Amino acid sequence: MTAHSTPMLERHKKLERNVSLLGLFALVTVAIGGIVEIAPLFWIDNTIEKVKGVRPYTPLEQAGRNIFVREGCYVCHSQMIRPFRDEVERYGHYSLAAESMYDHPFQWGSKRTGPDLARVGGRYSDAWQVQHLKDPRSVVPESIMPGYAFLAKNELDAGDMKASLVALKDVGVPYTADDIAKANDDLKAQADPMSVPAELQKRYPKAQVRDFDGDPSRLTEMDALVAYLQVLGTMVDVNSAAAQEDLAKEKGR
Amino acid sequence: MESVVARAAVWLAVLFIAIMASAVAVDSAFAIHMVIVALAAFIALVATLRGANYSAKAVASPHDPSRYDDDPIRWGMIATVFWGMAGFLAGLYIALELAFPVLNFGEYINFGRLRPLHTSAVIFAFGGNALIATSYYVVQRTCRARLAFPGLARFVFWGYQLFIVLAATGYLLGVTQGKEYAEPEWYVDWWLTIVWVSYLLVFVGTLVKRAEPHIYVANWFYLAFIMTVAMLHLVNNIDIPVSWVGSKSYPLWAGVQGALVQWWYGHNAVGFFLTAGFLAMMYYFVPKQAGRPVYSYRLSIIHFWALIFLYIWAGPHHLHYTALPDWAQTLGMVFSVMLWMPSWGGMINGLMTLNGAWDKVRTDPIIRMMVMALAFYGMSTFEGPVMSIKTVNSLSHYTDWTIGHVHSGALGWNGMITFACVYYLVPRLWNRERMYSLRMINWHFWTATIGIVFYASSMWVAGITQGLMWREYGADGYLVNTFAETVAALHPMYILRAFGGLLYLSGAVIMTANVWLTIAGRLRIEEPLRSAPHDAAADRPLVATPAV
Repeated sequence: MTAHSTPMLERHKKLERNVSLLGLFALVTVAIGGIVEIAPLFWIDNTIEKVKGVRPYTPLEQAGRNIFVREGCYVCHSQMIRPFRDEVERYGHYSLAAESMYDHPFQWGSKRTGPDLARVGGRYSDAWQVQHLKDPRSVVPESIMPGYAFLAKNELDAGDMKASLVALKDVGVPYTADDIAKANDDLKAQADPMSVPAELQKRYPKAQVRDFDGDPSRLTEMDALVAYLQVLGTMVDVNSAAAQEDLAKEKGR
Repeated sequence: MESVVARAAVWLAVLFIAIMASAVAVDSAFAIHMVIVALAAFIALVATLRGANYSAKAVASPHDPSRYDDDPIRWGMIATVFWGMAGFLAGLYIALELAFPVLNFGEYINFGRLRPLHTSAVIFAFGGNALIATSYYVVQRTCRARLAFPGLARFVFWGYQLFIVLAATGYLLGVTQGKEYAEPEWYVDWWLTIVWVSYLLVFVGTLVKRAEPHIYVANWFYLAFIMTVAMLHLVNNIDIPVSWVGSKSYPLWAGVQGALVQWWYGHNAVGFFLTAGFLAMMYYFVPKQAGRPVYSYRLSIIHFWALIFLYIWAGPHHLHYTALPDWAQTLGMVFSVMLWMPSWGGMINGLMTLNGAWDKVRTDPIIRMMVMALAFYGMSTFEGPVMSIKTVNSLSHYTDWTIGHVHSGALGWNGMITFACVYYLVPRLWNRERMYSLRMINWHFWTATIGIVFYASSMWVAGITQGLMWREYGADGYLVNTFAETVAALHPMYILRAFGGLLYLSGAVIMTANVWLTIAGRLRIEEPLRSAPHDAAADRPLVATPAV
């Protein structure tokens, strides 16, 4: 042992006497793991493939998502269903990589103090969502969620949605020039029961157009958040033949 | 004189830019933040101008070159204690919110915004200040040299406090990137980058001017910690701001790539901020307090390189059974299990350093704290690999078990070793004979230890209960429990957890009083912690008395 290790220890003394060498060795050592694990995710099929139905968020959904992030919902709610029987029965089909491909930032979460939200879209009515957000214990007595009544009071101040969409486009979300030009109008139109849904749905297939917060006279933060919750997990028809065929090709899940 | 003018000009420019940015801000949170920056720049400007030597006389430098540069370390100790109290208090409050949700009020005082405040306050404010202060202390002593760039060293301290204030106020205002432990928005990230690079310069600069031929092992760990945190911070926080005068940005990484980059960052914030950095503290202060040399030089080399190499790979264990490809999950699991050994290398080296001084565990409450810190370090670095095994993780993930695991590491290892360092440093930095009261250290030790036991055990029970209830099937083949029922089942555990937190906070209050009184120059007259009883009357030979 000693015979072998002494030269090693002797050589290590070189590092101990030279800051640059020590720093360089340490930096190379810590860089390797990350490069090997992360870099392939940018070209392997499983993680970059597109699945039919996944589209960028509408301006209203994105504004709702920004509120979701602002309020730190992710600290208690995951958006990632694991492929276990109980989770699939409780929350729906397990989550696909493509379903969060336009999520900047991803909101998979790490803790379920409350239930998973990956497929909460369409599970409850708008009225239930609004009531639950305003006063959670009025609909779920055991709930320990904070109340978010202020969302219904606050007018939606999403800032310039054009600028938001431009920034999102810069990070890789395929918004068209048309989407960006109409962003601020789209924001209002989606929560306006009087608007023509087809116009929005041309660019954002299956977009739900209605008043979400129960108060058609105002566009509130509640409108945006509920619009976001109602689209979660609904973009891909996971039980369609095409989606199942894609999934069958996926290895290792 | 020129340097004073240059520095004043920089602060004046920052002041102007901040005022302008605040005036044209697109959201109120950004405007508030720019006012805070403007105030900080104004204070820095005044401090620069007042500190200048206008008469240009050849006065002696205020810094005595024959003494170590300890001012920023003294400030750092006070900041550590202050932010520790703030972070523990926030932790207790959010624990109570989970037990009693009526404690959530409106926009600002609710769990979603306070939880990042708690995590950032304890990790980055309490832990970060402890790391910066102790690294300044250790690098000077082990290099036998004063800090390089003393002005920059002070900038690092104050710049880091500004980072904390911006991050904390941001959370309350709803300014967040929505990535755990990387919540601060783009401009706060940029500011931290400037501060962190300055920190690296001060640290490496001091190593370069060392009078000792060898770089001591504690400094390897500090160096790896500073460099790796810089790398993680830069890669994980690449954002595109929506507006240059607004707080909102969108991160470059999305979906599965975003998840892995985030947990590569997140896990190594644990690995390098909370492990490598705190091991550096251990490698200096444990041998010093014990009065014994480090147990094994060879072990320290092997475990240093193995630890920094393996840690980086472990991130994917936060993403088991998610949409992350299987091979990446398996790699993360395998490396996490391997990581157990180098982690324990540090514990063994620390504990064995006490060989020949084990009696001090009985007599010296600071040593006792260090031993408890190392024991919790060993325990949580064993628990971590266990939880990273996919089968275990399928039960433990998303539950309070994770929260319990984190806290046995954070409260037990990071907290205890930091308290021990505070107790070691405060009397030395303020030239006091000892801490105001050693018995109060003992009280702190016991309240903290019992607090951790309550915390960790209640969260184990809560986590396993939750995991089992979620997957429980009845004879009819249906899920037995609704989600709401699993929430209700945890209520008693949440109360016990809050009680554990209260005990831990009480210990910190005792420490704050002790540190305060020590700095004030008070010394409590008290019995030593242990002295064998001595009965002078019995201390005499037996004299035979003749029988009557």
